[in-house]
Amino acid sequence: MIIKYFSWIREYVGTSEEEIILPDSVSTIDDLINYLMDSNEKYKPAFLKRDLVKIAVNKSYSSINTKIYNKDEIAFFPPVTGG
Amino acid sequence: MKKKDEIPIIIKIQNNDFDISKEMKKLQTNETGAIVNFVGIVRGKDEKTNEEIYSMTLEHYPGMTELEIEDIVKDSTKRWEIEAVTVIHRIGKLFSSDQIVFVGVASKHRQNAFDACNYIMDWLKTKAPFWKIEEGSKEKKWVEFNSSDSKATRKWEQK
Repeated sequence: MIIKYFSWIREYVGTSEEEIILPDSVSTIDDLINYLMDSNEKYKPAFLKRDLVKIAVNKSYSSINTKIYNKDEIAFFPPVTGG
Repeated sequence: MKKKDEIPIIIKIQNNDFDISKEMKKLQTNETGAIVNFVGIVRGKDEKTNEEIYSMTLEHYPGMTELEIEDIVKDSTKRWEIEAVTVIHRIGKLFSSDQIVFVGVASKHRQNAFDACNYIMDWLKTKAPFWKIEEGSKEKKWVEFNSSDSKATRKWEQK
């Protein structure tokens, strides 16, 4: 699974993209966030304010309850500020 | 009236500047009666702190950005009779007074072009995955989401 990070979430995590093998225990975005936060301290500040974290699965806005699979591309980013 | 899938839509994400008059000419056909443009500009001052902004850097999510803007533009063509749409958004480092974004809408009559341009810009601000970091004299800071932008989209939901 490819995970992408943008803006200040990327700065906390320290990388713009990483690849992981999705563990069997992880089936939703919520599970994935918990899994990442348990795996390394660097994810904690990134996901501290969860309501500020927007989620995309395969480049489409998704929710915390979205089911995910190893072939998916996930992205975490703050509310957008373009224009 | 053109079929919805025949409406020319141009979406560009680029570092380079754009020329408004050239973009307007590209939008025009012999059926065009109105072109409405919106151009976003880098402000020279932070509205809250009154501090000067020297530059800002924009990043985006390649692939998703284009998909989101295309969805917004297609929605606008379902709501209003439109002849052509161009959306250009710049990324990378920009300085105060630089152009950031261009939305141009051509239609037979002005009201459709005004409304569609407003609609596209409102949704672009709340859905297209771009982020700005501002560089002032003291520090760099990520621009925070402005709740007035999400309020602006509500007027389109009521209709």
